[in-house]
Amino acid sequence: MKKKKWWTMGRRESLQGYIFIAPWVIGFLAFTLGPLAFSLYASFTDYNITSRMDFVGLQNYDQLFTGDDLFWTSLYNTLYFVIFSVPLTTIGAIFISMLMNQSLPGMRIFRTIFYLPAVLSGVGVYLLWMQLLDPGTGLVNTILSWFGINGPNWLFDPDWTKPSLIFMKLWSVGGSMLLYLASMQGISKNLYEAADIDGAGTWKKFLHITLPLITPVIFFDIITSTIGSFQIFQEAYVMSQNGSGGPASSMLFYNLYMWIKAFQSFDMGYAMAMSWILFVVVLIITIINLKLAPKWVHYEGDDK
Amino acid sequence: MDITQRKQLAQKRDRRKPVLSNNLLRSLNWILLVVGSLFLLSPIWWMISTSLKPMEEIMQFPPTLLPQEWHWENYVHTWQAAPFTTYAVNTITITLICVVANVFVNAFIAYGFAKIPFPGKNILFTIVLSTMMIPGFVTLIPQYVLFAKLEWLNTYYPLVVPALFGSAFNIFLLRQFFRTIPNEMIEAAKMEGANHFYIWRKIALPLVKPALATVAIFSFNGAWNDFLGPLLYVNDESLYTLQIGLQVFKEQASTQWNYLMAGSLLVLLPVIILFFVFQKYFIKGANITGSSSFDK
Repeated sequence: MKKKKWWTMGRRESLQGYIFIAPWVIGFLAFTLGPLAFSLYASFTDYNITSRMDFVGLQNYDQLFTGDDLFWTSLYNTLYFVIFSVPLTTIGAIFISMLMNQSLPGMRIFRTIFYLPAVLSGVGVYLLWMQLLDPGTGLVNTILSWFGINGPNWLFDPDWTKPSLIFMKLWSVGGSMLLYLASMQGISKNLYEAADIDGAGTWKKFLHITLPLITPVIFFDIITSTIGSFQIFQEAYVMSQNGSGGPASSMLFYNLYMWIKAFQSFDMGYAMAMSWILFVVVLIITIINLKLAPKWVHYEGDDK
Repeated sequence: MDITQRKQLAQKRDRRKPVLSNNLLRSLNWILLVVGSLFLLSPIWWMISTSLKPMEEIMQFPPTLLPQEWHWENYVHTWQAAPFTTYAVNTITITLICVVANVFVNAFIAYGFAKIPFPGKNILFTIVLSTMMIPGFVTLIPQYVLFAKLEWLNTYYPLVVPALFGSAFNIFLLRQFFRTIPNEMIEAAKMEGANHFYIWRKIALPLVKPALATVAIFSFNGAWNDFLGPLLYVNDESLYTLQIGLQVFKEQASTQWNYLMAGSLLVLLPVIILFFVFQKYFIKGANITGSSSFDK
């Protein structure tokens, strides 16, 4: 009898648990799983929102890989952005948090200043950078001219558009800086004192104590910023000519091309095929990251 | 490695560090931070300065660092050049709904994942986390089709309804906070006959208020700055949000940088104010994200 009663209580509790998570389950089915299933199927059709969906097999994928130069351009642009922006922002954030992880006067103010750009986003920021990078009236080329440097045309020069966006990204490096700073401040002072006795210098302490202990955050940061960078869209949409990725398609990133296909030419089957290719690419990179993690990420507790 | 032994050594011994070089390093460090701060602040100062200049002064070469005359009327002109008041009202409406929904719905879901045992919890939570890896556009296009079929295009439903069903990141964040509530506390309430709904409302929610504030602020930022959603779903000018309004104003004002900067600053201002007032909650959010990456 007693046992039976305990069971019903447990069940009642489980039921409450399911009620608590029910909104997420419903949302997941309606806005994630359902759409995923639809999109996977539609990627094998010629769906364009008004037509009936005709199954076309691998035609979309075939066209993407073999007949669409812009697809490859957009993939190249996106990889370019990921390959430069992810390491640069990671190294930048670690470097700044290293500077910040001291007891110097004004630290709170520095932290505020470095973090502020990271909370600003949206069209206002893009417009600001369009002005800063304006070849004639912008601040960047003005500063460069003080040093006798003739600044490039930034957003108007196909060679400089992607670096422009990477600079803009670096401005908001303070977001991940906070993550590193928090984990650095969690490192025990004793470790550094012990290293002092061994006569280790600042650089050695960083290399042998700080760096290994923040690897979990580096790992987290790299994974999230890689996924994020692959999806760069708004910057390119607002800052490129007519939102089409110009000049010379140099800002035609993967998502922007997908957007044009899906919502301007309504080639939705095709765009959904594109989205699945991106999904698979991101998934493979994430899995590689996860597989490589044990080689370099130290979790406290499983240390030698 | 015998770290404890070394620790003791460290405490016993006098540290004979070369004080001078240490101070030099600290000064250098400080100088780097000052220079860095100036660099990071210069865009904002430039935005303010440009917004107050007349167009002739902006075109001058070399550009002036401060406006020769302060043209505050640029702000009035900008605000009146497009229906920014309407955009602001629209944005505030959407933002408020999203913030309230995000805070309570995610806190509800997160409590379930943090404090109630039920079969399948771990696998479901793994699914919650893995949805964060799905590139947004993979679901965006089919969602658009769904909302089109529901005849929700050109309404705010696509912008606010998904917020009623929680978001993975916020669930994750709040779950971390709920987990810090001692189980004994919840068990004690259960002994007295309280169910989880009561415990959630009366005990758990008040204990995680700082976390709720963090979620509220992140949601405010997200909804206020949302560009993609309104761009895709809203066509009528009367329904535009500030982000879309600013994008349209950009085409209209072309290279009149003073008005563009004034508009940008006005749109960014609420976020800047929020940041300075509630900075500690921003930092709390970052800290919990950072420290929980240790959990793997």
